[in-house]
Amino acid sequence: MTTLVPTDAPAPLTPSLLYLDGVTVSFDGFRALNELSLQIAPGEMRAIIGPNGAGKTTMMDVITGKTRPDTGEVLFDRGVDLTRLDEAAIANLGIGRKFQKPTVFESHTVEDNILLALKGDRRARHVLMARTSAEEARRLEEILEIAGLSAQRERLAGLLSHGQKQWLEIGMLLAQDPKLLLVDEPVAGMTDAETEATAALLKRISAADHSVVVVEHDMAFVRALGVKVTCLHEGSVLAEGAIDTVSENPRVIEVYLGR
Amino acid sequence: MITRALLTDDRTGKWFLAIVLGLAVVVPLLHLAVPPSSPFHISTATLALLGKYLCFALLALSLDLVWGYCGILSLGHGAFFALGGYAMGMYLMRQIGTRGVYAHPVLPDFMVFLNWKELPWYWYGFENAWFAFLMVMAVPGLLAFVFGWFAFRSRVTGVYLSIITQALTYALMLAFFRNDMGFGGNNGLTDFKDILGFPVQANATRAALFAASAVALALGYLVARAIVASRLGKVLVSIRDAESRTRFLGYRVEHYKTFVFTVSAIMAGIAGALYVPQVGIINPSEFTPANSIEVVIWVAVGGRGTLAGAALGAVLVNFAKTTFTTGFLAPYWLFMLGALFVLVTIWLPKGILGTLYDFWARRRPAEKSAAKSETVPQPAE
Ligand SMILES: Nc1ncnc2c1ncn2[C@@H]1O[C@H](COP(=O)(O)OP(=O)(O)OP(=O)(O)O)[C@@H](O)[C@H]1O
Ligand SMILES: [Mg+2]
Repeated sequence: MTTLVPTDAPAPLTPSLLYLDGVTVSFDGFRALNELSLQIAPGEMRAIIGPNGAGKTTMMDVITGKTRPDTGEVLFDRGVDLTRLDEAAIANLGIGRKFQKPTVFESHTVEDNILLALKGDRRARHVLMARTSAEEARRLEEILEIAGLSAQRERLAGLLSHGQKQWLEIGMLLAQDPKLLLVDEPVAGMTDAETEATAALLKRISAADHSVVVVEHDMAFVRALGVKVTCLHEGSVLAEGAIDTVSENPRVIEVYLGR
Repeated sequence: MITRALLTDDRTGKWFLAIVLGLAVVVPLLHLAVPPSSPFHISTATLALLGKYLCFALLALSLDLVWGYCGILSLGHGAFFALGGYAMGMYLMRQIGTRGVYAHPVLPDFMVFLNWKELPWYWYGFENAWFAFLMVMAVPGLLAFVFGWFAFRSRVTGVYLSIITQALTYALMLAFFRNDMGFGGNNGLTDFKDILGFPVQANATRAALFAASAVALALGYLVARAIVASRLGKVLVSIRDAESRTRFLGYRVEHYKTFVFTVSAIMAGIAGALYVPQVGIINPSEFTPANSIEVVIWVAVGGRGTLAGAALGAVLVNFAKTTFTTGFLAPYWLFMLGALFVLVTIWLPKGILGTLYDFWARRRPAEKSAAKSETVPQPAE
């Protein structure tokens, strides 16, 4: 069912960082994910498209431990079974997530939002005593710079504009320094210039040996990413391959692009 | 010093500590050293009343720590207060010795009355002050830890959590009302004689208990402040505002909640322990669910998430209570309390101190630090 088209995708023998096989999730009998199978290679960036309700966000919920699949395998980084772990454990394995609706800590400053996201020991007794180290301060500066929020560092995150919140959330993802980034609709509500900058940033992140999964409806953005695309429909993969191949697929046009 | 480092950014805290510690010195002096003929003299009754207010202030502070900073709306904090009170009461009962009505050297009067032959095992050790003081903290702390561990691990939040905390205090009330529990049934524990060898009714002892309450409040403030100013405190606020987001960052939310809930229960227990010798009695009515709800009102009035505001709210509301429950308005006190809560929720949603902070922040926008840590948009819950 999966149309594997030879593209700039990694060699098939590369062990995958993320491996989903036959994942099914039902909500009151409705299958949000239906035998979904997907593999992401280390360092790969993948774009996921698909109509509303295709199961894109649900897939991220399954990977990050928010939703338990009814059946199927979800393996990460050489066989760690994600279906047995909770959200915190999965995050600490190195999976970071940006939500569809930007969620930042509104009553913290921009700076504190990033500080809390910085990779480190998350155990309560350690966090109680934690002081910002020189290394953390350096990372903080760097991320504020990348996210273009240096001037806003002391402001409460709740006072930021929608686009700034999106960027802050991406900054928080960077701070986590995860092996795999799941990014749900990062450019919704952004201007064209911001969208371009986001595409460039994500490319930079993946070039720095992070795997990235981006869900996005904005086809111009997906095109700008220039990576392998997976189209989901009714909870399973409808088509997979280079953007041009996928966007010419008659089924994809029928259910998604041609609307 | 750590204290100084803690308070550099906390102007309110400096004032708060100065006032509380000032009271610890001045009030006992006005009671002991100023002759009753002087208008500045503080009577025994007033001293006991003020001491009670300080204990309530510490209780309110403990609730603010979990509710204001971590969004855990506990409607059962009165239970931790009462448990600390009972632990202290048990110590005080064991100090009575042969001076009880039945003059039994070991058994408190109510046990002799019930024809008990020996002390139940859970009363062992309470003749020892250090053991009893340890239990003042350990019993509420342990209950909060176990309760929190199960509730938070099962991700019980919001209204459901509030309801089970309310059920907790209600269940304890019913249990403590039973004579066969061994805590004096509905009469509770009373007729105390000595504390640490000093007569509880003596003026000097009362003055010392007042000073101890003030010091406990000051220490409680410092502990709470240290927690909320730490990185852990920031995680608590994150949990309050966006719990699942905090999990996705890798923080094990249930551990954080259990930690702060336990610390808070210990503070409430200490408040109860200081309260009991000053009012001279502890009985199961302290577990009444309505008591715990009142604490929430104190915090809301003073300013949720401000610590000092919670203490202020406790004192103000209880002052009003004392004033209005003695006059012709007495039958209407509960209506007034209810109305107060509604009015504060509508017109002062941030409470007295929260509103003041907003006012100052608007007047002096240049001073960012105060605005940064204190005028935060708070979610309604
Ligand atoms: N917790 C839930 N309970 C019931 N149904 C749910 C739940 N979560 C998702 N669904 C349903 O599952 C389907 C897939 O939803 P999902 O959010 O994964 O879609 P999506 O591909 O992310 O769509 P969009 O592009 O609109 O974000 C939808 O029909 C949705 O209504
Ligand atoms: Mg979605």
